[in-house]
Amino acid sequence: MNKFLRFDWYTLSIYLLLVGIGLVNIYSAVYDVDNTAISTGFMQKQLIALGIGIVLIFLFQFIDIKFFERYASILFMLSILSLLGLWIFGREVSGASSWYAIGGFSLQPSEFAKVAVALAIAKYLGGFNTRIDRVKDYVGALVIIVIPSILTIAQPDPGTAIVLLGFLFVLHAEGLPSYFIYTLLLLFGLFILTLLIGANFTLITIGVLLLFTYIYRRWRKVKKALRFVLLIGIMGAAFTLSVSYIFDNIFEQRHRDRFNILLGKEVDVQGVGYNINQSQIAIGSGGGLGKGYLQGTQTKGGFVPEQQTDYIFTTVAEEWGFLGTALVLGLFMMLINQIVKTAYKQKTTFSRVFCLGFACILLIHVGVNLGMVVGLVPTIGIPLPLMSYGGSSLLAFSIFMGIYLRVYYQRIQ
Amino acid sequence: MRTRFFTTATAFVGSVLFIRLFFLQILSDQYDDLSLKNSVLKQYVYPERGYVFDRNGTLLVSNQPMYDLMLIPKNLKAFDTLDLCDMLRLPKSKLVEIINKAQRYSLRAPSVLLNQISKQDYAILQEKMWKFPGMYIQRKSVRNYQTKVASNLLGYISEVNNFDIRNNPYYVKGELIGRQGIEKTYEKILRGTKGISYLQRDKFNRIIGPYKDGTLDTLPIPAQDITLSIDIELQEYGTRLLENKRGGILAIEPNTGEILMSVSTPTFDPNALVGRDRSAFFEELKQDTLNRYLFDRSLQGQYAPGSPFKVLNALVALEEGVVDSNTKFTCYSGHYYARNQFMACMCPSGTKNNLNRGIYKSCNTYFSNIYRRIIDKGNKVEENINTWYKHLNSFGLGNYLGYDHPVGQPGFIPNANFYNLWYPNQRWRGSTIVSNAIGQGEILMTPIQLANLATTIANRGFFYTPHFVKEIQGDFIDPKYKTKRVTSISKKHFTNVIEGMADVVSKGTARVAAIRGIEVCGKTGTIENFTKMDGVRTQLTDHSVFIAFAPKDNPKIALAVIVENGYWGARWAAPIASLVIEKYLKGEVKRRWLENRMLNGSLEAEYEKVTSNKPFTINE
Repeated sequence: MNKFLRFDWYTLSIYLLLVGIGLVNIYSAVYDVDNTAISTGFMQKQLIALGIGIVLIFLFQFIDIKFFERYASILFMLSILSLLGLWIFGREVSGASSWYAIGGFSLQPSEFAKVAVALAIAKYLGGFNTRIDRVKDYVGALVIIVIPSILTIAQPDPGTAIVLLGFLFVLHAEGLPSYFIYTLLLLFGLFILTLLIGANFTLITIGVLLLFTYIYRRWRKVKKALRFVLLIGIMGAAFTLSVSYIFDNIFEQRHRDRFNILLGKEVDVQGVGYNINQSQIAIGSGGGLGKGYLQGTQTKGGFVPEQQTDYIFTTVAEEWGFLGTALVLGLFMMLINQIVKTAYKQKTTFSRVFCLGFACILLIHVGVNLGMVVGLVPTIGIPLPLMSYGGSSLLAFSIFMGIYLRVYYQRIQ
Repeated sequence: MRTRFFTTATAFVGSVLFIRLFFLQILSDQYDDLSLKNSVLKQYVYPERGYVFDRNGTLLVSNQPMYDLMLIPKNLKAFDTLDLCDMLRLPKSKLVEIINKAQRYSLRAPSVLLNQISKQDYAILQEKMWKFPGMYIQRKSVRNYQTKVASNLLGYISEVNNFDIRNNPYYVKGELIGRQGIEKTYEKILRGTKGISYLQRDKFNRIIGPYKDGTLDTLPIPAQDITLSIDIELQEYGTRLLENKRGGILAIEPNTGEILMSVSTPTFDPNALVGRDRSAFFEELKQDTLNRYLFDRSLQGQYAPGSPFKVLNALVALEEGVVDSNTKFTCYSGHYYARNQFMACMCPSGTKNNLNRGIYKSCNTYFSNIYRRIIDKGNKVEENINTWYKHLNSFGLGNYLGYDHPVGQPGFIPNANFYNLWYPNQRWRGSTIVSNAIGQGEILMTPIQLANLATTIANRGFFYTPHFVKEIQGDFIDPKYKTKRVTSISKKHFTNVIEGMADVVSKGTARVAAIRGIEVCGKTGTIENFTKMDGVRTQLTDHSVFIAFAPKDNPKIALAVIVENGYWGARWAAPIASLVIEKYLKGEVKRRWLENRMLNGSLEAEYEKVTSNKPFTINE
C-alpha cells in the first residue's frame, strides 16, 4: 500500500482542528483591548510549544515502534526521576511544586509521565509471559501505575494522580479481574454516600442492606452466607469511617468545600462556589449560537478564573454556543473512538495497550475537565487536552499523538 | 480482554456531557440574565432638569452643582485624616466607618465618602485633593431655588424610594424624583428622559469599554422648562403680609383660571431642602405639629367657610325662586329658629333686611330664613337639600377641584343621605341644619375653593379649573384648563349678589378693604372653630376670612384670605386681601399705615395660648 495513504490523516486532522480551536479561544480568553502585549505573550509561548510538538510528531514518524518498546523502561525510570527531582529543583507555584523552570519556560514533568506510564504499561503487558489475570502479574502493573501516582499526589497535584490512576481502566479492558472495578465502584458509592448523609447514616444503610442480603442468602440456602456478609460489612464500615476521618481531618477546607458545593450541600456563589457558578453562567449564557468571537462578556470581564487553562471550554461555550461545544465534544469523541478502533487492529500487545492508554488518558482528561466545567465533577485541576493553554500539556499530547500515528502507520507491517 | 469497554465508556461520557451541555445552553434561560448582571453596566445619561419661571419670566428654580467626594479603597494611601475631617466637619470615627464600609462593598469600585458638598466646601477641598490619593470629586446637579418663598408650591425633589421603583419602572435606585408640589405634578416634563449607555465591566467592577460597541445605547431627551402662572412678586408680598400669622392666601385670575399666588404660612426657605443638612431639616419640619410647615393651608386647609358662604346660599335661593332681591326679613339682633334656639346677629333689633343689606350687613337672620326656605320648600327636604348640593357642586365644592398640584382636600358639602344617617327617622328639616346658612355647621371648604368661589362670582357664573401652569416649553398645557365650567346658577342672579359684595366694601363690614380708584367686591367671614384639648372640645378664637375680587367690572383678580384665629374678617383677612389687590392692580401700595399694621401685626401670642397650659379667653 502507498506509504502516504497508510498514514492516519483523519486523526491528524482532528488533532490540528482541536489545537486550532484551542489557539483561537486562548486568544479570546487572554485578549485585552488596552494591552495587546499580554495576549501576544500568551500566544507566543503556546505557538512555540505547538511548533516543537509538530516537529516531534514529524520526527516520530521515522522511528520504529520497537525503539519505544525497547526503551520504555528507561523512559519510565527517567520520568520517575524527573518527578523525584521536583523535591529538590521544583519551582513552587500556588502551593504545588510541579514545575521545572528552564529559561523563560516552565516544564511540568507529570505531563510527560503520562506518556512514560502508558509506554511502560504497554511494555509490561506486552511481555512474553505476562497474563493480567494472574495475581503476580497484575501486581506488577499496579506498581507501575501507583508509584508515579503517589509521587504526583505528593506535589500535591491530585488531578494528575487521578489521571494516572485511570490506567486501571486500561488494565480492566485488558482483563484485570472484574472485582477490582466492582470494589472501586462500591468504594466510590460509599464515598459519595458518606459525604452526602454522614458516616452514621451510611453505616446504618450498609447494615440494613446487608441484613436483607443475609436473609435472602439464607432463604436461597447459600453456603457460608454469614461470612460473606460480615466480610463486606466490615470492609464497608472501615472504609466509611476512614473516609469520614480523612474528609474531616486530613482534607483541607478548600477540598471539603469543593465536594460540598458539588453535592449541593453548600451554596456559596461568592466564595468557594465562585468558579463553578461563573463557569456555568458563561456556558449557559452562550446559548445556541454563542455571543460571537471576542464578544463573550464573561470572558472579557475575566469572571471565570483560569479561563485560558483549565476553563478554556467556557470561552468556547460562551462565544460559540452549543454549536461550538457540540463540535468540540464531538471531535474529542471521534478522536478517542478512532484511537480505540486503531488499538484493536494492532497485532502486538504493546501497540494495542499503548493506544488504549492514550485513549484512556484522553477520555479521563475530557471527562473530568468538561465534567468540572459544566458542574458535574468537583473542581480538579487538569487541563483540556490540546486546547488548554500550557506548553507541557500540549507537548505531552503531541508526543502521544506522534507515537500513536507511527503505531497506526506500522500496524500492517 | 474486554474489547467493548472503552467504546462503551466513551459513549457514556460523551452522552452525559452532551446532555448536560444541551441542558445548560439550550434549555435553561436563567444564565443570560446572570451574565448580563455580571458584566454589563447600564449607565444613565441624565438631561438637565427643566427650569421653572413665574408668569413674568422671573426664574424661580434652576440647578446648581453639588459635589460628592468619592473613594476607591484600593488606591487609598495613608493621608492626613485630621485635615480631611476638619474640612468636612466629620468626626474621625465616622470617616473610619465610611471607609470600612466602602472596603466591604468593593475595593476597586468607587463609593461615596461624603455626598452633597456645597460649593464653598468644594472650593477648599479642591485645592487639597492631591493630598488624598484614592479620592476624587464627582459633580452632580441639584435644585437651586431663586426665591425664598413658595416652598410648598414649588415642592422639592428627593431620591426615589422602593415604593417609587416598584410603581414606576423608569426609576432606578439613587435617582431623583419630584416629591412634592410642581416638581411632582410636572415630574415627567421637568426631568426629560434619561439616555442609557451600556458598558462592559470586568470582575473587579471596572469599566472596560462600551458593550456591543454602543449599538444599544439611547440618547437622553432634554427636559422642558415650565412657566407658572404665579406672580412671584405678589407671592413674596403675600408671604410677608402673613408673617407671624398662620393662614393662607390664594388668588386667581378670573378670566383664565390661572393661580396668581398660593401662600401658606408659616413657611420656610425652599433652599433648606437642598444639600447635606436636608434630612435633619426635613425631620424638623415634619415634627412641628403646631406650625405644620409642610401643610399647605391654601390648598389643604379645610375650614368652615363662614359668612362668605352666605353669598352662595343667596345665589341658590334666587335660582330656586324662594326669594327675590326685594324679599325682606326682620332681624331682632338675631332670631329664634327653634324653641329656645337663638342665633345672634350684629344687626340692631327690628332691622328689615333685603338681599343687598343682608349681604353687606352679613345678617345671620336673613340668611337663616332664606336657607330654611330653600330646604323646607314644599316640605320636600331631601329633594331640596340635594338640589342645593347639586348647585354647590357646580361651583366645585365638596370635591377636588382638579388643579395641578399634588396636595389638596375635597372639603365637604352635606346632602340628604348624610343627614339621614346623622338624624335617624329622617327627623330633620331646615331649622335643624340652619348653621349651614351662615357657613358653619358641617360645611368645609379650602381657601382655593373660596378663591374659586370669588372667581366664579366675578365671572358671573363660570370658572376655569384653577391651575399653576401657564406654559410648557414646546408643549401645550392640559386642555381641561382651557375649558369653561359653567355653574347651575343663571347669570342674572349674580348681579344682585355682586352689588351686595361691592357694598360690603363701600359701606358694609369691610370698609377697611376699600381702595381708592378700584371698585372691590368682597365678603368677610368670622369662623367659629374648635379644637380638642386634653380630649375636651374647646373653642378657639375665630378665624378671620375674606373673599374678594376686583375690579367689579372686568375683574382681574379674585382671592381668598384666611388668617387662623385672627378674630373677625375685617381685622386681618380683609386688609390683607385689599393690600394684595392694590399691589397687583396698581403695582405699589399707597396705604403705608395699613401695610405696616399688617406686616408688623403678629398672632404669636394668640397661638401660644393653646400651648401655654393655662386657661385663656378667646376673641379678645
